[in-house]
Amino acid sequence: MTVNTWFAEKMGNHGIHSTYLEDHHPAHMPCLEIRLIDWSSAAQLARQLEMRFTALWAAEGGEHDEHLRYTYMVFAHPKHRHVMLRTALRANEPAVSSISEHFIAAMRMERVIQEMFDIEVSGIPDPRPWLKHEHWPADAHPLCGDFAADTVMPRCPGEYPFIRAEGSGVYEIPVGPVHAGIIEPGHFRFLAVGEHILNLEERLGYTHKGIEKRLQGQQAEQAIHLASRASGDMTVAFGWAFARAVEAAAGVVIPARASALRAILCERERMANHIGDIGAICNDASFAFMQAQMQRLREDMARLHKQLFGHRLLMDLIKPGGVSVDLNAEQNLLLRQQTSALAIEVESLRSIYADHSGMQERVIGSGPVSLEEAISIGLTGYAGRASGIYVDERVEEAYPPYDRLNVRIPEGRDGDVATRVWVRFEEIAESARLIETLLGDLPDDDICSIWQAPDAGVSGLACIESWRGEIVCWVRFGNQGCIDRCTLHDPSEVNWLGLELAVRHVPVPDFPLNNKSFNCSYSGNDL
Amino acid sequence: MLRILKKALFTGVKSEALAEAGQQIETVGPELEAVIKKRFRGSLAIRAVDAGSCNGCELEIHATNNCYYDIERYGIHFTASPRFADMLLVTGPVTRNMETALKMTYEAMPKPSLVVAVGDCAANCGVFGKNNYAIAGAVADIIPVDVVIHGCPPDPTDIIRGILTAINRT
Repeated sequence: MTVNTWFAEKMGNHGIHSTYLEDHHPAHMPCLEIRLIDWSSAAQLARQLEMRFTALWAAEGGEHDEHLRYTYMVFAHPKHRHVMLRTALRANEPAVSSISEHFIAAMRMERVIQEMFDIEVSGIPDPRPWLKHEHWPADAHPLCGDFAADTVMPRCPGEYPFIRAEGSGVYEIPVGPVHAGIIEPGHFRFLAVGEHILNLEERLGYTHKGIEKRLQGQQAEQAIHLASRASGDMTVAFGWAFARAVEAAAGVVIPARASALRAILCERERMANHIGDIGAICNDASFAFMQAQMQRLREDMARLHKQLFGHRLLMDLIKPGGVSVDLNAEQNLLLRQQTSALAIEVESLRSIYADHSGMQERVIGSGPVSLEEAISIGLTGYAGRASGIYVDERVEEAYPPYDRLNVRIPEGRDGDVATRVWVRFEEIAESARLIETLLGDLPDDDICSIWQAPDAGVSGLACIESWRGEIVCWVRFGNQGCIDRCTLHDPSEVNWLGLELAVRHVPVPDFPLNNKSFNCSYSGNDL
Repeated sequence: MLRILKKALFTGVKSEALAEAGQQIETVGPELEAVIKKRFRGSLAIRAVDAGSCNGCELEIHATNNCYYDIERYGIHFTASPRFADMLLVTGPVTRNMETALKMTYEAMPKPSLVVAVGDCAANCGVFGKNNYAIAGAVADIIPVDVVIHGCPPDPTDIIRGILTAINRT
């Protein structure tokens, strides 16, 4: 495959010198090394070229230059695809300038490299720790090579400085980390006036499980179990992103049947989560009928998954090189019948939802995110599509099998709860159509290629459209096929910002409705 | 409104009949109901706490509430506060960042109270591992546990069976 030189040429025109790194794959998502001094101006150029920011992380040098630390950032252009930029930091005092003024979504990721790698990010608007809570020792930087994975950290005193508001009538509502419901932990600090939210501040990191540290040193076959548990409700998409990244690094091409099966699993996951969430949103508006119906459909899906694939939530079905499950003709028919029956039933429920005035009263106009705001933070997935960002990796990257499918993207405009729900209804119908198309024309070959890990130092990048939005996964191999550094980026990292924007001026009691309409992952964010 | 009624009518009752054989939940069901009636006066309040799970277990705990399992028909319901909960259902390996919150939730419950650890991570930290800087331990390392339910994640039936086992221990 030819090397994508588009961004390198653009940078050249602006006096930013870059070097193409040959040990990174795939070539159409090149990794370019730039000088430290050009870091922020490269981000500025990406902004000018209307690229979107997708991820930022850091890594140590690995096998060859273990004392060096690098920072990486990824941008994507609808036509010219992804580009990864890397820069080497000074060995004694690692520091890099912040790109938050160009892409605000980078800030929380910069906070993470600051605390995990002891890298100073100069000019960062908010230097507070993010995943590292106040009780961690100040000198604990878990992703540094000299920090042992099994370190038992002492508990230190400390306090997290929340944003405060002054003025009469402003009050604070602290919520969490244990929420009133069966949901993940996180802390929300509301500043409110009367009934309305003035500001929401999210405080996450409660489910930080050290996933990136633990992935180091594992073989890809073993590591995929961990990577696909970054967020349990996106297990197929995370497994796919990880598998695709290691396959890119190793140059392993998977059979067409395997990629078709991956897409079938991924679209089923999309349907199940959209169905479940629509029910939950209706439940938050006290429309219990819809909740009961949607949970019933979700359960029907889980039961068929158990019957056909052996797991209700589709965990551990993707492995490096392909998939571990196949469908015979009879199972294929069963899956096709259920998918089309579900789509029909969801459509009939949708008309009940749309005609229910009490429900519509709650969702229409609640929690709007304008197109301008959505672009400024780079809102992704259905939340982005509701606000007018019609980005979808299944169309832009068109990784197999989407290269032979014509994925239709719902185009929302209003960016409120109602539109986010509308997008999800549309996506259920579209996923059902894709599944039926894929099942009707399942390529007749193997379900797995032979997996062989690449040489030390080789890395791969993959971007997969999960039901929440774009997942970015980058893996670099070390000796004996062990993973030397792996980073996973959940779309929630960006979309959590969308929720903060959406709920300004929203009445406090409408917060759950808005929260559910975004349904960001805590676990995927905290890793 | 008519369409809602029509849909509800045609959907019918989906809760799995207690008498049907072959389904694990049926053998559990009547037993559970009887125990709850006797020991908890017909009502068992559960507080669920995610101490750091990947959210897979949460999906399955949610599923115990759907019309097929309908855990509420046995008098079991999930409550928003630990202050009036009889049982704590804990998922996930306990992360260092959730350790204090989990302890506080447990301490806020009236005693005696029951604790059920749901899923492999709650049981032994699962794929995330005990020797991990970010993890404080399995649930039993942090608070006293009565029953452990294995599985990644456990099926809703297993979760209901685990709840019954815990009740029988009191």
